[in-house]
Order: sequence, then C-alpha cells, then structure tokens
Amino acid sequence: MRATKSVLITTLTWILVLLFFFPIAVMFLNAFKTENAAASVPPSFLFEPTLDGFRQLGERGMWGYLQNSIISSVTSTALVIVLAVPAAYALSIRPVRKVQDTLFYFISTRFMPLAAAILPMYIILKKLELLDNIWALSLVYTAMNLAIAVWMMRSFLAEVPIGVVEAARIDGAGFRTELLRVVLPLVLPGVAAVALICFIFSWNEYFMALLLTASDARTTPPFLGSFVDGRGQFLAVLSAASSVAVLPVIAAGWIAQKQLVRGLAMGAVK
Amino acid sequence: MSTSVAPPRAAVKSNSLARERRRERLIARAILLPALVFSLVMTQIPFLVTIVFSTLQWNLLKPKDFGFAGFDNYVSVFQSGDLLPSIIATGLITTLSVLFSVGLGLVFAVLLDRKFVGRSVARTLLITPFLIMPAAAALLWKYSLLDTNIGVINWAVSALGFSPVSWSTDHPMMSVVIVLAWQYTPFMTLILLAGLQSQGADVLEAAAVDGAGFAKTFRWVTLPHLRHYIEIAVLLGSIMLLQIFDPIAILTKGTGGTKTLAYLLYERAFIGLNVGEAAAYGVIVVLLTIVVATVALRTLFSVFKVGGDR
Repeated sequence: MRATKSVLITTLTWILVLLFFFPIAVMFLNAFKTENAAASVPPSFLFEPTLDGFRQLGERGMWGYLQNSIISSVTSTALVIVLAVPAAYALSIRPVRKVQDTLFYFISTRFMPLAAAILPMYIILKKLELLDNIWALSLVYTAMNLAIAVWMMRSFLAEVPIGVVEAARIDGAGFRTELLRVVLPLVLPGVAAVALICFIFSWNEYFMALLLTASDARTTPPFLGSFVDGRGQFLAVLSAASSVAVLPVIAAGWIAQKQLVRGLAMGAVK
Repeated sequence: MSTSVAPPRAAVKSNSLARERRRERLIARAILLPALVFSLVMTQIPFLVTIVFSTLQWNLLKPKDFGFAGFDNYVSVFQSGDLLPSIIATGLITTLSVLFSVGLGLVFAVLLDRKFVGRSVARTLLITPFLIMPAAAALLWKYSLLDTNIGVINWAVSALGFSPVSWSTDHPMMSVVIVLAWQYTPFMTLILLAGLQSQGADVLEAAAVDGAGFAKTFRWVTLPHLRHYIEIAVLLGSIMLLQIFDPIAILTKGTGGTKTLAYLLYERAFIGLNVGEAAAYGVIVVLLTIVVATVALRTLFSVFKVGGDR
C-alpha cells in the first residue's frame, strides 16, 4: 500500500516535471525540423532531423550578434567583480560607518525602473556618439548588475571567520595581502556564483540592448525579438536561433545549480 | 617611578591604535569608493537628468518647439489617463505571476523533497525554464505553444473538442502571466526546497510519533517553518517582476490591459519621441517605486538581518 502510493507520487512528479520541461523540448525539436514540419499540425515528434535552421543563422548574421553578447557579458561581469568584491569587503569585513545606508543605497538602485534612466542614457550616449557601441552597453550592464553583486558578495564574505582575518592582520599582513591571499581564496566559490549570475543577467538582457544598439553592437536577445516582425514561415529558424542563444546559460546553470540559488537569494538561502 | 612612566606609554599605545583605526577606515572607504562612484554616475545622474528633461517642452519630432515647460508635462501625464491603467497592469501582472509561481513552486518543492528515482535529473529539468532568455521564452510561447494556428496548446485544445483560442490577442493578460509563472516557478521551487531541506528531521519524526498525518504536519509544522522562505521568494520575485518588459514587448505590445509601466515609458519615449512627457512619466514611476521599495526594503532588511552579522 505504501509502496504503491510512493510509486504513484513519483509518477505524478515526473509527469509534472516533464510537462514543465515540454516547451523547451518543443523548441529544441523544432530547431531540427524543416519549416514545413515545424508548422505542421498535429506536431510531429518523429521526423528526419535537418540542420537547415542552423545553416540559416549565419545568413541572418547571428554569429556577429552572439559575439557582441559574449563581449558585453564577459566585460561587464569582469568589471562588476573588480568593483563589487572590494566594496563588499569594505561593507562586511572592514569597518565602515553607515554600512546599512550604503547597502540600502545599492539595492535601491536595483528597484529603480531602468526605463526611467534609459531616456537620458540614450540621449547622452547619442551626444557622445556612443550609441550602438558594445563597450558602452557593457558599462550600462556593469551598472545594472553592480548593486545585486555587492549584496550577493557581502553574504558570501560574511561567512569568512573573522578570526582568520584578524590572524592575518596580527601577522602584519597589509590590506592587499589580506584581501587577495587570505580572504579571496576562501570565497572563490562565491565569486564564481556572483560572476555566473551577472553573466546570465547580461546575456539575457533585452530592454537596453534593444534601445541602445542598432546593428554593429546588437546582441542576441533583440535579434531574437526581431523575429516578431517576420513574415512567412520562420518557426524552425527561430527555434534554432533560440536554442543556440539559450544553450550557454542552460549549461552553466545546470552545472552550478546550488551556487545559483544561493546567489540569487542574496544569501538568504543556504 | 614606574607609575609616572606608565601613563605616557599607554597614551602612545592608544594613540597608535587610534591612528591604526583611522587608517583602516580610510582603506575601507577607499575600496568602497570606486563601486559607489560608478553606481552614482551611472544611475543617479541619469535620474537627475530625467528630472530636468521632465520640465522641458521637447519632442524629437518638433525640434523647433524646444523650451521650458514647467509642470505642463506632469499635467498632461495625469490628464492622459494612461497612468492608472498602467499601474493596475503592473500590479496585476506582478501579483498574479508571483502568486502562481509561488503556489506551483510549493507543490514542486514538496514533490522534489522526497527521495525518488532520477530526482536530481528531475530537478535539473525543472529549473531550466528559469535559465531561458526571457525574450526566447516569450517567442517560444507566442509561436510554438500559444499560436492560434500552429500552437501545440491549441492542437491539444482542439483535440479535446474545443475550438482554438487566440491566446495573445484574446487573453493577453493570461498569456503574459502564463509565461512569467512558467519562468519563475523554478526559482520559487529552489528557494522553497532549500527551506524544506533545512527543516530538522527530528521535528518531523516527533510529529509522526504524535500521530500527525502528512496534511497536519504540513499545515502546522512545515508551513510555519517555510514562512520565512516564502517571504524571501515573494520579495525577490516581486523585485524582478515589477520591471517586466520583455514578454509584454514580444507577446502583446501592451494591448488588452498589459501595458506595464516599463512598457508605457518605452512607448512614450521611443515610439512617441516626446522626451519631456516620457521623462515626466519616468519621474512619477520612480516616485511610485520609492514608496513600494521602502516598504519592501524594510522587509528585506528584517529578512536578511543585515546589521546583526558583524
């Protein structure tokens, strides 16, 4: 009786999980279909796979957009880490006054609707002739992620035993040694988690990329969005493009599930 | 003799200690400064510029009409009647999406808390919707699943004998909420699952010994324990969902009561090209957000217990 119940619940769990994953399976399957097969009703689950959809991506210039996505995500993530780690360090290990106020300030920038800052940003960048510039977009992404990175980093640093830091100080370690040699190795997994999350946020960002880039610096999300205005059949090629676009983040997320949750919950969940 | 020597020595020591402290504080400030300055320049200055813009008569289509407008832009914002529906749309979409994703997340968290065959594979598959690029997710739902002619869901609907539904035009709000709930459920599941797993086995055993079944244990033991985690889930979900733009732009373009504040601003500034009015919207939205954020941040600080750490 208990065994049957357990089997039933397991089956139910799997059905629900597969139902939830189903849309993504549809996307990956459609990527390997011909346009006609992708648009067929009822949907075909057995079909001869083709790489036509992927071949068309090059014609549509997707590799350039992917390259821009990589540049902006990697640059902004690196900058965020360089700025956020020392700042979080000051807010958690070094004594600064007004810790609460500073943290409050940082997180409040995250609440600020990007839409409210985008208009002057657009006009300033236009005046500086930096619209459609991938480095300018990278700086905007750095600003976007900095707040949340400081918060996440702070939660990881708060776990470093204060004794370790004090011991290093008594041994006469300067500030640089203290941070780079003593503390940083201890929180390296945390740094990795923060970097991963910032990378994901930048990689997936649509709104600012849509407005601040046009062609040279266009990233993948607005390229995908441009399919909305498409005519004729495009489901297979759209699915191929989406599959390529989401793959890096899915892979990274699958590998680093635990760190992802902790980082995203800003340390509130261990 | 010795007593007369001691005081200066102590004074020297405390003096150097004080100097050391001051140096420490200086370093701390110095390493905090780059991040602070960068963030101020990139987020606060644009906002100040927005305030200035909001007092200008400035339409990119009519460059000759440039001038000072005072509060005219604010007056036209309030007279246009677009603000309130947009606030309602934002509130409704956020609330419904959070509600559904937390509810479903709770179900999944309870199911995944058991040991079963392929549990880690199931968890991995389940978190995937959260990792999908939101623009890709919205497109996937719009064309592959919700499309009137070729969507899989409509195929299922007609297979069950009903007539197909044009989801994104006839039920725009529901379409947006479905996509968002689908994307955010994994996030909620993971937070709540962490909550369930932090629950002591002894407590559950004690409940079992006392003869409490699953329902009773869940209601009186697990749920109170989860409260803190549910708060975190709701709070973080709301922060992310309040600014939602991508599914609106892709699925509905703000039709049918789904014009959120983010989309309204975008429409005014980049389709209407009226800089002054769009800036006025921006200022009002920020003021509104400050009200909401102050309440949320209070909770955030109590949930994260910031001050008590060190």
